[in-house]
Amino acid sequence: MGSLIESAGRPGADSGWEHEHPRKGFFTDTSICIGCKACEVACKEWNQNPTDGDLELLGSSFDNTGELGANTWRHVAFVEQDSERIEEAKESGRRLVSLGMPTVGPRSSGPRPGAPSTPGGRPGDDLTGEDTTPPDTPEFRWLMSSDVCKHCTNAGCLDVCPTGALHRTEFGTVVVQQDVCNGCGTCVGGCPFGVIERRDDGTISPRSSRDEGEQKDPDHGTANKCTLCYDRLVVGETPACAQTCPTTSIKFGDREDMVDSAEERVQQLHSQGMTEARLYGANPHDGVGGIGSVFLLLDEPEVYGLPPDPQVPTKELPQMYRTAGVAALGMVAATALAFLGGRR
Amino acid sequence: MANADCIVIQGSNMAEAHPVGYQWVMEARSRGARVIHVDPRFSRTSANADKHLPIRAGTDIVLLGALINHVIANDLWFTDYVKAFTNASSIIEGDFADSEDLDGLFSGFDPATGTYDNASWQYADASADGADGADGGHGASTATGVPHGESHGESHGSGGPQLEHGEPARDETLQDPRCVFQILKRHYARYTAEMVEEACGISRADFEYLARSMTDNSGPERTTCFAYAVGWTQHVGGAQFIRAAGVLQLLLGNMGRPGGGIMALRGHATIQGSTDIPTLFNLLPGYLPMPKAGAHDSFEDYVDSIGSKSQKGFWAESEAYAVNLLKAWWGDAATAENDWAFDYLPRLTGAHGTYQTTMRMLEDGLDGFFLLGQNPAVGSANGRMQRLGMSHLKWMVVRDFSMIESATWWKEGPEIESGELKTEDIATEMFFLPAANHTEKAGSFTQTQRLVQWRQQAVTPPGDCRSELAFMFELGQRLRERLRDSTDPRDRPLLDLTWDYPTDEHGEPDPESVLKEINGYHVGGEQDGVPLSSYTQITADGTTAGGCWIYTGVYADGVNQAARRKPGSEQDSTAAEWAWAWPANRRILYNRASADADGKPWSERKKYVWWDEDTQRWTGKDIPDFPADKHPHDLGDADEGGAAALAGNDAFVMQADGRGWLFAPSGMVDGPLPTHYETVESAIPNPLYGQQANPTQMTITDRDNMNAPGITGTAAEGEVYPYVFTTYRLTEHHTAGGMSRFLPYLAELQPELFCEVSPELAEEVGLEQNGWATVITPRSAIEARVLVTRRMRPLQAAGRTVHQIGIPYHWAQGTEAVVSGDAVNDLIGMNLDANTQIQNSKVIACALRPGRRPRGPALRDLVADFQDRAGISPTTAESTLDIGPTTAEPSAELAVDDPRGADTASGEEH
Amino acid sequence: MTSFQFLEWPVIRQLRGADRLGRGAAVTSKATRSTAPRTSEADTVVQSVCPYCAVGCGQKVFAKDNRVIQIEGDPDSPISRGRLCPKGAASEQLVNSTRRITTVRYRPPYATDWQDLDLDTAMDMIADRFLEARRNHWEDEDEKGHPLRRAMGIASLGGATIDNEENYLAKKLFTAAGAIQMENQARI
Repeated sequence: MGSLIESAGRPGADSGWEHEHPRKGFFTDTSICIGCKACEVACKEWNQNPTDGDLELLGSSFDNTGELGANTWRHVAFVEQDSERIEEAKESGRRLVSLGMPTVGPRSSGPRPGAPSTPGGRPGDDLTGEDTTPPDTPEFRWLMSSDVCKHCTNAGCLDVCPTGALHRTEFGTVVVQQDVCNGCGTCVGGCPFGVIERRDDGTISPRSSRDEGEQKDPDHGTANKCTLCYDRLVVGETPACAQTCPTTSIKFGDREDMVDSAEERVQQLHSQGMTEARLYGANPHDGVGGIGSVFLLLDEPEVYGLPPDPQVPTKELPQMYRTAGVAALGMVAATALAFLGGRR
Repeated sequence: MANADCIVIQGSNMAEAHPVGYQWVMEARSRGARVIHVDPRFSRTSANADKHLPIRAGTDIVLLGALINHVIANDLWFTDYVKAFTNASSIIEGDFADSEDLDGLFSGFDPATGTYDNASWQYADASADGADGADGGHGASTATGVPHGESHGESHGSGGPQLEHGEPARDETLQDPRCVFQILKRHYARYTAEMVEEACGISRADFEYLARSMTDNSGPERTTCFAYAVGWTQHVGGAQFIRAAGVLQLLLGNMGRPGGGIMALRGHATIQGSTDIPTLFNLLPGYLPMPKAGAHDSFEDYVDSIGSKSQKGFWAESEAYAVNLLKAWWGDAATAENDWAFDYLPRLTGAHGTYQTTMRMLEDGLDGFFLLGQNPAVGSANGRMQRLGMSHLKWMVVRDFSMIESATWWKEGPEIESGELKTEDIATEMFFLPAANHTEKAGSFTQTQRLVQWRQQAVTPPGDCRSELAFMFELGQRLRERLRDSTDPRDRPLLDLTWDYPTDEHGEPDPESVLKEINGYHVGGEQDGVPLSSYTQITADGTTAGGCWIYTGVYADGVNQAARRKPGSEQDSTAAEWAWAWPANRRILYNRASADADGKPWSERKKYVWWDEDTQRWTGKDIPDFPADKHPHDLGDADEGGAAALAGNDAFVMQADGRGWLFAPSGMVDGPLPTHYETVESAIPNPLYGQQANPTQMTITDRDNMNAPGITGTAAEGEVYPYVFTTYRLTEHHTAGGMSRFLPYLAELQPELFCEVSPELAEEVGLEQNGWATVITPRSAIEARVLVTRRMRPLQAAGRTVHQIGIPYHWAQGTEAVVSGDAVNDLIGMNLDANTQIQNSKVIACALRPGRRPRGPALRDLVADFQDRAGISPTTAESTLDIGPTTAEPSAELAVDDPRGADTASGEEH
Repeated sequence: MTSFQFLEWPVIRQLRGADRLGRGAAVTSKATRSTAPRTSEADTVVQSVCPYCAVGCGQKVFAKDNRVIQIEGDPDSPISRGRLCPKGAASEQLVNSTRRITTVRYRPPYATDWQDLDLDTAMDMIADRFLEARRNHWEDEDEKGHPLRRAMGIASLGGATIDNEENYLAKKLFTAAGAIQMENQARI
């Protein structure tokens, strides 16, 4: 049957695509996100997704979108934190820091002795010998992060889809074929991140004349999620969210390059004393084999509403089949015994 | 801004209001620049800055003044720059008295009118020439052409009024106690770090951080940039906030330099264009002033008031610019004999701004009102008075995309709910003419950095939708048709108007032909009709015509320069071949100051424009903002006036003396130096002076426009409106909501009106997260959802805890949009800055209580109840508020039961 | 009715091709294989500028059959580099809004609702009222005899969201008519 675990670098290649395409992905650098939600809108505009939500405040800082779903394929989270939490994040980041990093000194207040006259330092500057004491831990910070489908290396939704609606494209992305999807919803349970959803409110309701014109939705009832703008990738264009992001918090390109940029950026932030910076999804040995859209976070994933240790549900599948196989054999054996024993 | 080493964002929420522009701030940050955000709220900008300094709203001059003081006291100013390019050495008249002498006032104040006579602010004459010209001696005091002494903001064009000539007396050693530098030093001597702590609520450590950041990053090698928006303009005294930054940036040598300067972040697609080519009462295109009755009865008076021919700089050519415009408008009917049809221009008699017009409406002085893509029922201060005013009109024409609230107020506005107005009793005739949007018409926008960008048309407008161009052209044609046989001289201006634009097969006028007229063209002779290429070609003898002299060049060589689209990736960072910036495609104004007195760049790192010895011309990365061949050591020919009079180091070419003004002898009606005042509603005594509030403030005295008592009331009365709120924009919405609340994609991002309060305030008042709160001011009361957040922080100022509340103002009551809510502008009164007639929307006294607001007539009862408790009423209105010139008839004289609305069901009793 | 080709059947492609697990190339439908961006259908593409704030981001407007089908950032712009904020990104919804009014609406005095009115008649009515208002509140001179020549009965508000050329004609016309009370968002 072959292993269900694919290599992180070439999920596309393993999917039978004849032509070699580098795997595409995002690098979302949340340290430069300004929380503008242009990504949410550009995505909806490009994909002509319906609005969702009750048009009520969620009371969750500036986030009134809530979560990813069938109609919202980009979601910006807002997290307000005080100094205690910030210090905790720095500490947990420090524990993740590998050897070879510049020494991080004790937290100090007031002017930094020997601080370079170039405030903030410059990327690429040799910072050895310079004081890299982090600036005063601010009393407050506001984290912002744009969430999206992870296009996992080992994608749970893809693995469980019975119809072949979900498929791995030549770019290594995972896309729902709307004309194939029968709306069974198995994929919804298969995603460890809670991304994919059916576009179905579960009710039948008359539409007012205004709604009719508003947004005709041919994909009502099917599973919906980010396609990484497959229809833009095929002509060599950038996904709508990445193109529109004012600060390039959302970067797009070959996944390999994205991971490299991400690692560089973490190094840079660490050298500026921001030890809370860490990557999410870059580790090819994590439960989903690494993801197609790596994130740079400034705190634990849970703070952003992301699962800390996502596992693709089909990970254990070979083992499960073996166990099931053993159980089946056992059942057969028991049945045979029952019959053999029962003959008199 | 990407080239800045330090960026101070103050009075602006740039990341939220100009997100795509903010990428350049992030670029600067990635190169190591420090970004500091000074704002009452911790916003998305603060989250992406290096430091946020929470400030008590309205105290910016204390902070900026303290920075000025710090720079001077510690000798951190850029000496060579200041000496070469500013008026630091100029000597001021002997009888000038500063706010230090007069406890907050300057010399020349007339309490009866609430205005200043700026005669004592003028430069002392270098020559002994006190000859009286047409304006009677020291030029600037009659610079406005107004009868000697009064200075009025509305009469000034952009360069400020003229000086008789450009050479004042100077002390280059900067020691003379009457020289600008010493006056400046003395004026800000008490603006200390301690004062900042007391007045602004900013700690000494934070102040020092800000000061050090700026001074470390100014000088020959480094530059600091300011960015501001309506967080500065929407104050009484707002113009002085900006001037204070100007003074500071001049002292630090940041003006005219790459990564330096002051970035004005304006808020609408072409608001810059709508000031350059102004649909504003006080200006003509190119910042020529509208003529004023009594002062500009003759063309000569008018021209002299703008700029004397002997002053330095380009405003000396004001006659040519004016002739140009008049020729463009009245063509052959404008001749030398009839002073170019100057008499065709109507005259001002004072301020006729939008709020004065509102008062006129309420007094039945206005029949008809056009709205061209604006929503004053929601976006103008004192929303209730705006809507009541509309009920007095005979007719209104609303041109917009959707049914904005300024079109539906008669049907479902808040006054219908409160019972103050009844639809069946409203006589106002309403016309809604659907407008074409930006894809359905070609035309130009002028962006905030003076860049004129042409848009191409993609589709044709549907149904009855038309562009404003088609509408205005049509209207003009129909008016002229109706007046065709008129013999009344008052109709000549309409009939003689050049109104002959080519139209396409749909009858739509060609927008490019209008742009060509704006650019200007030769008249007569061989070159008849040929577009001008530069404003230096403009003549005063009628051989050129053009609608807006600063835009001359946009159609240079007969090519629509604003339509140029050479991709940025194929150009350097100046990108001079993308569109066109006025004037003359210069990207940084006053860029002569990026080189020293010898014409050499201040540093290699910050080189921008410099003198090339070989070619004997100025050159560089931008079009030099200076006569191209004027040597750096040129002394200038004072007798010539104009550009010829400029010396080689007179970088500030639009100023009458060619210098950057640390001290402004003219141009500002409330003082030559920015000075801190509290708002009229402030409960905090002015920590610096006895003069509590800005003495020139324009107050509209009216029972519907009353103010909280501030320090004038008793202690109990002062506690009725104990908090302060400030207004702002959210990224997801746009101004009064006409282009965002009607869009589901934007409405769902921010669906409801909310107010931001600190946890401390929430506890004090009893507010719940995501619950409801009612905000009450002397004008009205609204309800909003509650967002409790640590981003709002109580400040310690003047020995007390100041609670500030943040409220975004995008919502309005109505059923046409996707989302609705109360209109925040209903809370805000019309208190206007005298320089600009812009209202204070940023520091408003209020009361706050949990729960929703009352419905129906009970709403007005609630407001009245608070007014009573605060001791304010129609009869006390005059005495507590009338500290400035009233520009409307005091309506407190109206009988108390005189209904405001047209035939209201319930009269208004207080 | 599409012809059914045995070899095109996904199961067959799965068995025959390199995609043995049937999660990639083998399961693609015809529609998927002919995926193209909506913008490729456009018959017109123009360079425009965002109508919201004053940054002036470049916008590319794609239209088909005289209808806008997409608006996105213009990568050529040195100011915006192809990026748009949420408002600019929603421009397509702005221009195609279902709440947009496309016919003249008219409310007579004291009426409780809007009525239809044809554009030509509306323009005539407005022109008539303009002249009447001009007559009603005309001021020739002030009390000292200085000429005023103005119509104080008319006012206009707006300009920051319309084109320079439109502001120019509006100012030109109104000034010639004596209507000095023109204002816009810059004052507010």
